Amino acid sequence: MTAITETRELAANRRDIRPGRIIAWTLLLIGGLIMITPLLFMFSTSLKTSGQVYDLRLIPAAPTFENYIKVLGDGRFMRWFLNSTFIALTVTLSNVFFDSLVGYTLAKFEFRGRYFIFLAILSTLMIPTEMLVIPWYLMSSQLGWIDSYWGIMFPGMMTAFGTFLMKQFFEGVPNDFLEAARVDGLNEFTIWWKIAMPMVVPAISALAIFTFLGNWTAFFWPLIVTTSKELYTLPVGISSFSAESSIQWELIMTGAAIGTIPTLLVFLALQRFIVRGVMLAGLKG
Amino acid sequence: MASANATSPAGPSRFWDRLNISTKRLIWAWAFLALPILFYAGIRFYPTFQAFWLSLTNWDLLRPAQFIGLANYQKMFADPIFWKVFQNTFLYLIIGTPISLLISFVIAYYLDRVKVMHGFIRALYFLPYLTTAAAMGWVWRWFYQPVPIGVINSFLSTLGIAQQPFLRSVDQALISILIPAIWAGLGFQIIIFMAGLRAIPSTFYEAARIDGLGEWAILRKITIPLLKPTTVFLVVFSSIGFLRIFDQVYNMTTNDPGGPLNATKPLVLMIYQTAFSSYQMGYAAAQTVVLFTILLIVSLLQLYVLREKK
Amino acid sequence: MFTKAKMAALAASISFLALSSAQAVEIEYWQYVFDSRVQAMDKLIANFQAANPDITVKHTTFPYADYQTRVVAAKVAGQGPDVVQLFYGWTDQFVNGGLIKPLDPAVFPHDEIESEFFPIVSAMKRGEDYYGLPTAVRSLALFYNKALLDEAGVQPPSTLDELLAVAEATTKRDGGGNITTAGITMDMAGQDHHWWRETLIRQFGGAPYDAEGNVAYDDAAGAAALKFYTDLQTEHKVGLIGFMDEGQAAFRAGMAAMTIDGTFRLGAFANNPFEWGVVELPANAEGLKSNYSSYFANAIGATAEGEELEAAQKFLAYISSPEAMEIWLATVGELPARRDVALTEANLADPIRGPFLKGLEYAQTTRFYDEAAQRQTSIDMVNRVLLEGQSIEDSIAQAAAAEQGIIDAGRQ
Repeated sequence: MTAITETRELAANRRDIRPGRIIAWTLLLIGGLIMITPLLFMFSTSLKTSGQVYDLRLIPAAPTFENYIKVLGDGRFMRWFLNSTFIALTVTLSNVFFDSLVGYTLAKFEFRGRYFIFLAILSTLMIPTEMLVIPWYLMSSQLGWIDSYWGIMFPGMMTAFGTFLMKQFFEGVPNDFLEAARVDGLNEFTIWWKIAMPMVVPAISALAIFTFLGNWTAFFWPLIVTTSKELYTLPVGISSFSAESSIQWELIMTGAAIGTIPTLLVFLALQRFIVRGVMLAGLKG
Repeated sequence: MASANATSPAGPSRFWDRLNISTKRLIWAWAFLALPILFYAGIRFYPTFQAFWLSLTNWDLLRPAQFIGLANYQKMFADPIFWKVFQNTFLYLIIGTPISLLISFVIAYYLDRVKVMHGFIRALYFLPYLTTAAAMGWVWRWFYQPVPIGVINSFLSTLGIAQQPFLRSVDQALISILIPAIWAGLGFQIIIFMAGLRAIPSTFYEAARIDGLGEWAILRKITIPLLKPTTVFLVVFSSIGFLRIFDQVYNMTTNDPGGPLNATKPLVLMIYQTAFSSYQMGYAAAQTVVLFTILLIVSLLQLYVLREKK
Repeated sequence: MFTKAKMAALAASISFLALSSAQAVEIEYWQYVFDSRVQAMDKLIANFQAANPDITVKHTTFPYADYQTRVVAAKVAGQGPDVVQLFYGWTDQFVNGGLIKPLDPAVFPHDEIESEFFPIVSAMKRGEDYYGLPTAVRSLALFYNKALLDEAGVQPPSTLDELLAVAEATTKRDGGGNITTAGITMDMAGQDHHWWRETLIRQFGGAPYDAEGNVAYDDAAGAAALKFYTDLQTEHKVGLIGFMDEGQAAFRAGMAAMTIDGTFRLGAFANNPFEWGVVELPANAEGLKSNYSSYFANAIGATAEGEELEAAQKFLAYISSPEAMEIWLATVGELPARRDVALTEANLADPIRGPFLKGLEYAQTTRFYDEAAQRQTSIDMVNRVLLEGQSIEDSIAQAAAAEQGIIDAGRQ
């Protein structure tokens, strides 16, 4: 792979000088800037006072953090931020654990019913969440899960997607290593946890990033299952905050910006890692 | 679970020791699968059957469900709003999927060859993918406002172009909601396409050049055919995404959800309103069954059309 | 009035109970989010808790759009509020859904309710039972931006013709003919559907509903009223639905000269950075005036039992008391639901409250079966004319059929 990339990069270098390349590069850059225009306007407006909202200049005449102080003042956003973080982290850990365990078992154990279980799990990919929402809601209300962290999290604790992804990767782990560990007298759980898992770290991080992103931005189910504001996730909080703001755009943009800043910072810090993770999850999944 | 490191899963150690290796492994396998099997049975399969069952009842949250046969389906198929929503859902799909795939392929194709500031430009395209649709719905809603506050209309009017109604039009509203949805998904598709492009061995290209093929011919005869697995994945993935569109519509049309005149209402929003605004859970369940059927047919159809030719 | 003695007796019995159980009761109060209403309720709760140290009231709010869903969801989860606010038009749904329980006549005697509150409180009565009591009632009026009217050299309108003239004089457009300042806001999802239903239809010689409560606006009068409304955008171009997203947002930003809105908006407009005034809704050429009045009532949640029920009754009595109404009036601007608290000379002479109080005298209260769905029929009716070019007559016939369908379904 590295050798291939190198030769192609060399080739690309040679071609880069041609005028066509320069035009393509410029167009790509302009396209990229257009892509982030909504975000730029969002940040810009969040720094304006209500009187300046109609002044559509991108650079605010007199930037102010007044809106941020106002919006963050009562602690609601902080709470929603923590809720989202806690929920996304917990669901991600659960997925990393269970999806890997199931993927490993299906990839590395021979037993009757293995293929049936694999197909059964895979077939759940065909069931849209929206169809399950009503029964989940019924179940949650009967079991008292409505308006609880567990109620928000339980539907996503394991996914067929993650299981499939991990199975693919565990299939690439050579059996010799596992057999050697067995000869050494390690039990199966330890073999999975200590020997097999470290060999699929790229897949684990891909699964973790994908799961975290999906749960961090999830809206539909948290909207349905939460009733008290203390339990809102960030997307539900932003939506309800915006709807309640009597259309004060500077506050709405501030709320949206607050919801976007953490992901942007994490992305800037871990760009390579995140892009590779998404690539891997998307390609093998 | 970590305690399993030290001890064996079943019984006293003497009993365990007497078992042969393959039986032990079998027990381990089922021990690993026990909780997940419960999960998939209880949280995926049982609710699926329950959704089918509820679609045959008149359950309304407040009173117990009664079996009413196919009445919900009759009501749904006789409802002009359902057909409007049905049509909207497919419009989101047939406009959204090809456009977003075409744009993302073109960008990925050129971005793949860019070396100068590659990471920066890629980040620009990727950033919207990390945003929250619920928040961005409001940003785009503001963009679409009429003058004097809407960014797009203010821009149009400085160019001397008449302002557009966007969300306040039965013709433009659906597209106006689709654009943020495409915008947000583009980054993901570009990254996946780029990964697919990188996976094509450069020997193919070299051979083609030796054969004297031009850029266009290489694209048509080598790149696109070899990208097929990536394309199939993205077509299915993004189709399902567009068929299930909700967050953007919900947040961009809060005053008249799915409006104006149901011009933007997708099936998922109709399900949400039927279930959680009118509490007609049985009727909503029937709508979810329709969504399930649509998703199933569309995915199978696409896999069939785009299958590997042997 | 729930006499002082009775209140004292109630208070005494509750505090006795509290002493004997030596435990504070917590009750939950729910309403939808509206800044000034939340502030007012916080004040009322603080006062109530100061007078009743043994009771704490937890104040919970939800966005208006999914308020009803939250109430139902909570009932399903078995954790509903003890005192809950509801729009009078939702009463059927709340009673049928078993979300609220009737008021105990021993604590809230019917003859006192009927003699002390405005007659529209009867909309909370089902059979022999009252299901809730309002703190405040609301009516509509025309808000105007003084600066914009002065700039155009016009006076606030008192008739529909003057309304058109003022709107025309105050509308500002850019080079492309786009409205940059609206003469009047158009927002059918806001209060305009009430204005159309209960005011304009009557002023054009019709009636929205007949004596049996069936839709009666599918006639020339209804069509004329609808045409008057849609002409504001199509003929006179003095307003635009969706301008600044919502009518209230346009007025608040100083981008609309006039808006029709209710008493509940007074608090939100109080901080407007410009001078504004209020006049009664314009009369027609013959001088006929009409208005729409409505209210949110507070009811006792179905799940309240035992000492929570007693605390809830006590809290409901307090938030329906004259003192609470004064606080509500000062904070939210909504008119007291008790006649003698509302119709004081000071209030009638007040330049802001006066027009709303006068409006209350000739106001109608629509009997809603499903307020949200009935409002949607009006929104769609206007949209069909403005966005799809449907004829006024066809659109109104379609709206009438749709609304009658909702009413028929609601009666079952």
